Amino acid sequence: MRTILAALALTTALTLPGIAMARPVTLTTTLKNYGGNGAYLAIYVTDPTGAYAGSLWMAGTKSKYYEHLSDWYRATGGNAAEINGITGASVGAGRRLEITLDLADALFDAGYTVHIDAAAEDMRDSPDEITVPLTAKGAGQPVPGRRYIADFSYGL
Amino acid sequence: MIRALHRWLGLPALILVTLLAVSGAALSVFPAAERISAPQAEQAMSVADLAARIKSAFPGVEQIRRSPSGRITAFWFEGGTPASAVIDPATGAATASGDPNPVQRWLANLHRSLFLDDAGRIAMATGAAAMLVLAVSGSMLVARRAGGWRRWFAPLRGPLAGRIHVELARAAVLGLLLSSATALWMTASTFGFLPDKAAVPSLPSAVSGTMGATLTSMPLLAATPVSSLRELNFPYAGDATDVFTLKTESGTGYLDQGTGATLAWSGTSGWTRVSETIYMLHTGQGAALLGLFLGLTALTVPVMGATGLLNWLAGLSGRPRIRDNAAPGGAETIILVGSEGGITWGFAATLHLALTRAGQRVHTAPMSSFDPGRFSGADRYVVLAATYGNGDAPASAKGFLDRVAGLSAAPAARLAVLGFGDRSFPAFCAYARAVATAAEGRGWPLLLPFETVDRQSPQEFARWGRALGEALGIDLELNHQPVLPEVKPLTLVSRRDYSHEVQAPTAILRFALPRRSIWQRLMGRGFARFEPGDLLGVVPEGSPMPRFYSLASGTQDRFVEIVVRKHVGGVCSGELMALEPGGTVAGFIRPNPAFRPGRDRTPLILVGAGTGIGPLAGFIRANASRRPVHLFFGMRLAESDFLYREELDAWTAEGRLSSLSTAVSRGRRPRYVQDALVAEQIEVVRAIRKGARVMVCGGRQMAAGVAEAMARILDPVGLSPAVLKAEGRYVEDVY
Repeated sequence: MRTILAALALTTALTLPGIAMARPVTLTTTLKNYGGNGAYLAIYVTDPTGAYAGSLWMAGTKSKYYEHLSDWYRATGGNAAEINGITGASVGAGRRLEITLDLADALFDAGYTVHIDAAAEDMRDSPDEITVPLTAKGAGQPVPGRRYIADFSYGL
Repeated sequence: MIRALHRWLGLPALILVTLLAVSGAALSVFPAAERISAPQAEQAMSVADLAARIKSAFPGVEQIRRSPSGRITAFWFEGGTPASAVIDPATGAATASGDPNPVQRWLANLHRSLFLDDAGRIAMATGAAAMLVLAVSGSMLVARRAGGWRRWFAPLRGPLAGRIHVELARAAVLGLLLSSATALWMTASTFGFLPDKAAVPSLPSAVSGTMGATLTSMPLLAATPVSSLRELNFPYAGDATDVFTLKTESGTGYLDQGTGATLAWSGTSGWTRVSETIYMLHTGQGAALLGLFLGLTALTVPVMGATGLLNWLAGLSGRPRIRDNAAPGGAETIILVGSEGGITWGFAATLHLALTRAGQRVHTAPMSSFDPGRFSGADRYVVLAATYGNGDAPASAKGFLDRVAGLSAAPAARLAVLGFGDRSFPAFCAYARAVATAAEGRGWPLLLPFETVDRQSPQEFARWGRALGEALGIDLELNHQPVLPEVKPLTLVSRRDYSHEVQAPTAILRFALPRRSIWQRLMGRGFARFEPGDLLGVVPEGSPMPRFYSLASGTQDRFVEIVVRKHVGGVCSGELMALEPGGTVAGFIRPNPAFRPGRDRTPLILVGAGTGIGPLAGFIRANASRRPVHLFFGMRLAESDFLYREELDAWTAEGRLSSLSTAVSRGRRPRYVQDALVAEQIEVVRAIRKGARVMVCGGRQMAAGVAEAMARILDPVGLSPAVLKAEGRYVEDVY
């Protein structure tokens, strides 16, 4: 069990002008026992057109491995400024990652989607391990991952 | 300085470096195993063909990877469950699971981070840095000990632990340098200190939006051989905006899934290539044989750690510690020591202490580390040199004469040379004399004329010290107390007497093996490990100076045996000859590694006269491997002087002794041992041609006669004792 409290300094794309309302959201990611070294996870949001909007969290500190989070890497070019201050340790197999951050109200029910790319050493890369739309109704509903993540949910 | 660095870094780093080396050696096996087990793609196969084969076997394939060993792994989804397998490129079918080996993963995590993540990585990188410094400083020490880089593989002498340490180091140092340097590079890369991040082209803004191009119709896939493939990612099923991503040795690119066209490409940067090469060199992935070699060299590390530790412990008690040794650059007086067994170091320590007390800054160092550049503040050099064998440099003076010859100009600081030796040997102080002559030849100004000290005489040393003090304008009194090894009481168990008739009573004395401490057993020191041919030092009552006798037995015989002849007025031989069973004398062991038969199967020619048969009898007794041994034994009278007669008969019957020729000098037909050699010269030459080793033990005159006879015997076949000596095949133990 790993709990990280982060007052998210919202990255450029997520701080839309005029939006002052925000609410604390807890993202909970539980990993499977996939039998490998700790997984790197990139948690980020895309806008209604599918374009990259901003990053919420990066689990894993060695930037040389970020290329294996291939969708995130392609979208950001591996730019470290995208995850400045929102980076933590990689998550071991079977462990849980919990992050609490403030998300703008305007992101909910507006076509924004949360993505998680995952990768572990010497194992397959798993971009888009999780894709789940941000809706008020979907809060608290666990979504299964594809390879490394047992389930993911966001709670308001 | 270098030695201190090597030692004081090596001791604390021992455990960490051993852990690194052992885990690294274990890991080195995996790339080789993978290389052997992985089915390889045929030479000309293209990525397009390979991908098409895999796609038909696994329609859901998402990613294909090729490891440096040539192993191809495919990843796909089957009913929502991810799966992976090692692929046979010939068929596209799965041959084994694609999951990583858990043992390898465990070892890799231990090797690089002790399971402690970044803190562990830093610790292990520190270990690698220590290994690098140890390898560099160790190489410099080896070169210094051997007398120069060109003599890197020169034969070694000295205690076993030290020899093993250096032998392994010379063989393994290149591998260890490579392993440790590449490890540091990889750590720097992992922590992002190097600009070697993979370059990825930006995603094209527009794709064709169509799907369904066949793999074989994509020009880039068709043109890329499997051997350069790293990774091929397929687009998401049903997502027309997605693309193929291809990674090869030379770069990364995107391909349109509708048209097959290459949309973007970016080449691998030079830094990335360097890092990839270094990764290959370190892990052996893609260079399995190199990996195995590095693994083997890593296996020497624990042995070198242990022998290094033993060396250091042995050095603590063996050579006297030089207290207040000034830095080489700041010392006015430089004492250079050429010592084989450590005795001369004792004299150097006495001189060092006396000069330091007189207010001088003194630096004492082995002669082999002589380098005027290091001794910038030197006002004078004092060389204390023993001689090895027939005028050769002793162990700590290797390469000194070459260095003097190689100087562009003789140092301005004046020089005093003092030789240590034994006047009963023809080459008395020959090496020290050679040093003095060479210095004079180079025009090196002298502080004192060349002097000698006979048989460790404290009086002669004190006299020379007073002359040195006079030259320096100080009062110098050298009071040298020779440091003796720890003596043990030896109890006589039996004696056999010979030669009463010829007025030179001789006896074979057998002592019980004294009790040895666990420490001595571990270190193989003192009575814990000795061989025939080593020396037994006996300290007689009323005299501090030990006398040395060649041993006729080894540890495995479980007794200590010597052959003694009573000399007229001899203090020690008198005491020994008066000894009755149950009586004791004080003794210690001094190794004599130069006089050993070696372990090979070449014939041995043993030549001895009188008490000189002692060590030779020991060699024959120890000849369990039944190596051919020919003994030539000279005595005065057959009736009374035939030492070991019964044993020699028994050893011949057992096959330990192949032939025995005796020579009796006071019989009806007087004959010396060299005459026996000449009589058997055909056999002697035949054995020499088979690589025989000649070992001579006895009086000086006898040895000279034997050498002369051997020269005559060997001359017709173009050999000489000198040539054999140079090859280490003719050794003498002469008194």
